[in-house]
Amino acid sequence: MAIALNHYLVLAAILFSISIAGIIINRKNIIILLMSIELMLLAVNLNFIAFSHFLNDLAGQVFVFFILTVAAAEAAIGLAILVVLFRNKQSINVADITEMKG
Amino acid sequence: MEAIYLAIPLASLVGAIIAGLFGKQIGRASAHWVTSLGVATSFVLSLVVLKDVVMDGAAIYNASVYTWMVSDGITFEVGFLIDKLTVLMMTVVTGVSLMVHIYTIGYMEEDPGYQRFFSYISLFTFSMLMLVMSNNFMQLFFGWEAVGLVSYLLIGFWYKKETAIFANMKAFLVNRVGDFGFLLGIACVLMYTGSLDYYEVFGQAGKMSSATMEIFSGTEWSVITVACILLFIGAMGKSAQVPLHVWLPDSMEGPTPISALIHAATMVTAGIFMVARMSPLFELSEVALSFVIIIGSITAFFMGLIGIIQNDIKRVVAYSTLSQLGYMTVALGASAYSAAIFHLMTHAFFKALLFLAAGAVIIAMHHEQDIRKMGGLKKYLPITYWVSLIGSLSLIGFPGSSGYFSKDAIIVAVQHSTIPGATFAYWMVLLGVFVTAFYSFRMFFLVFHGEERMDEHTRSHLHEVKPVVWVPLVLLAIPSAIIGWLTVDTIVFGDYFDQSILVLREHGAMAALKSVYHGELGFVLHGFSGPAVYLAAAGVGAAYWIYMKNPSFADTAKSKMEPLYRLLDEKYYFDRFNQLVFAGGSRATGTLLWRIGDAMVIDGLIVNGSARLVGWFSGVVRVVQTGYLNHYAFTMIAGLILLLGWALMG
Repeated sequence: MAIALNHYLVLAAILFSISIAGIIINRKNIIILLMSIELMLLAVNLNFIAFSHFLNDLAGQVFVFFILTVAAAEAAIGLAILVVLFRNKQSINVADITEMKG
Repeated sequence: MEAIYLAIPLASLVGAIIAGLFGKQIGRASAHWVTSLGVATSFVLSLVVLKDVVMDGAAIYNASVYTWMVSDGITFEVGFLIDKLTVLMMTVVTGVSLMVHIYTIGYMEEDPGYQRFFSYISLFTFSMLMLVMSNNFMQLFFGWEAVGLVSYLLIGFWYKKETAIFANMKAFLVNRVGDFGFLLGIACVLMYTGSLDYYEVFGQAGKMSSATMEIFSGTEWSVITVACILLFIGAMGKSAQVPLHVWLPDSMEGPTPISALIHAATMVTAGIFMVARMSPLFELSEVALSFVIIIGSITAFFMGLIGIIQNDIKRVVAYSTLSQLGYMTVALGASAYSAAIFHLMTHAFFKALLFLAAGAVIIAMHHEQDIRKMGGLKKYLPITYWVSLIGSLSLIGFPGSSGYFSKDAIIVAVQHSTIPGATFAYWMVLLGVFVTAFYSFRMFFLVFHGEERMDEHTRSHLHEVKPVVWVPLVLLAIPSAIIGWLTVDTIVFGDYFDQSILVLREHGAMAALKSVYHGELGFVLHGFSGPAVYLAAAGVGAAYWIYMKNPSFADTAKSKMEPLYRLLDEKYYFDRFNQLVFAGGSRATGTLLWRIGDAMVIDGLIVNGSARLVGWFSGVVRVVQTGYLNHYAFTMIAGLILLLGWALMG
């Protein structure tokens, strides 16, 4: 059975859904949040590469490089913020960060 | 001449401004000098104009000196109408005002508001001159309101005194009622003639008398009657006629010099002057004249009655003023305008004299005003005694005195008047003569004769007042005694007012009066054929008998006629009624509006209500803001899915 485009798309969709679930259900650790965001980006990347391959358009793969770069930068900044947050609050528990409660 | 006309009011105004704005800098002596000189200038120039108009027979001057604005074809101007009526008023006003200025130097010498007082009375002189010299309704109204303002300021001159503040508020409010009518009257005149100029309006008086207006649907009113009655309502407020008289007795809270100047001699006669000036309008409305004569006669008699039971020396004179203003109004209603103006003039002199004499008594008694605590002052205050005697005799109409000529002229004119209500008015003014004589001499005997009822301390300090106080008294006593004899021939029976005042042929009171007149002496003798002189004598006799011979009689009569005494003591319940219905009613309305309109609707519902609504809504919305990151994320994703789904489906 040849692997067709829809298989890739379904895989990407599953990955994306898992990452969303990771963001929503997770109430413990902010690092898991960052990981979920990374996973989300990877799901998108997978989509790009799949389309690029099946549509014979290299632009999609170029985009993936951009996204990877951005993701790396984002991870760095995210972790830096995390360190500062921990210094201030002595916790990286999501449930503890409720500053926006009305 | 125009420069002189302009200088007459402005001289007083300049004095008022200097004393009022720079009073502190120039000091007390300069303040009275500058204002007195200003008014003296006005007086001398008025005499010049009087000579020019009366002796040299100058033509009537009627021109505007300044156009304030033109709006929709109506010109608002400052202008002068100088005829014989005007010069008479000018001379009386400035003359009495000058006497009062001089008197005030002595009367107010210890008062901290010395400069302010002089500024006010000079400002009053200016306003009154603007009122009488006006040639149009706009300026008349300006003067009218300006004298009202100064009257308000002067009644409340001692602004730390609770009763004075109450009195000036009362005067202000009651005058508002009158002025509202006056303003409506001017508006009515303007609407039907399209002009504010006296002569233009008088020229169209015939047109106004044939026109009718519909105030309530289905009722036809003659325009001239409506206009005249409205104008007269203004006069009722200013000249204190029933039922708008209530402010005048209370205005005695002010210093005595202004009671003399404003609330007896000049300002309160503005209404009389105005009606006389408007004679070409009033003559055309029988109904308005009837209204005038009835209001006047009620005031003349019933206000005099209250004077009998007053114990405050100034209040007795105040009620006497009300009664005399009633006499003038009766004369106006009988179309005897010249008699009214003549009485206005003599009254200005003898009433200013009586008030200033009362003030002299008050100074000598160390600010005691209760006549029950006086008595026997004749030997301590000889000059004041004699001038008071002259004033009182003139007031009651002693044959030959000024008051005799003016009052007898009014009584005879009313007797011959055919206006509806004239018979009633005749009896009222006739009985009023007895009442006048009674209360005048009751006061005179209680103050100057009989036993000395003051305490020992006051008695030991009693002495004649200073020359600066008694000289004006003497200067006023002279015209009070003789001016009637000198001028009655010209003013009442001559053709003095022929160009100023219009009397229709069918209103024959003045013509009848002239027919019985044969010279001054003849008029005096004619008086003895009528009842007035005997009534006055009876009044004096009764006062002498009750208050000198049988002092217990007054108390007996008081306890025997308790209800009548109560009625007079309560001033026919006018004050009580106004206090309860008008003052109480408007305060209740105010409280109601405050509670419901302000506190409940505006504050409660609109201001606090909208805030509370926002507060409640944000309370509801706040529940959504949990602060948990995953809730926000979930909401965003759910929203995104919904939107996408909607977009894809649509």
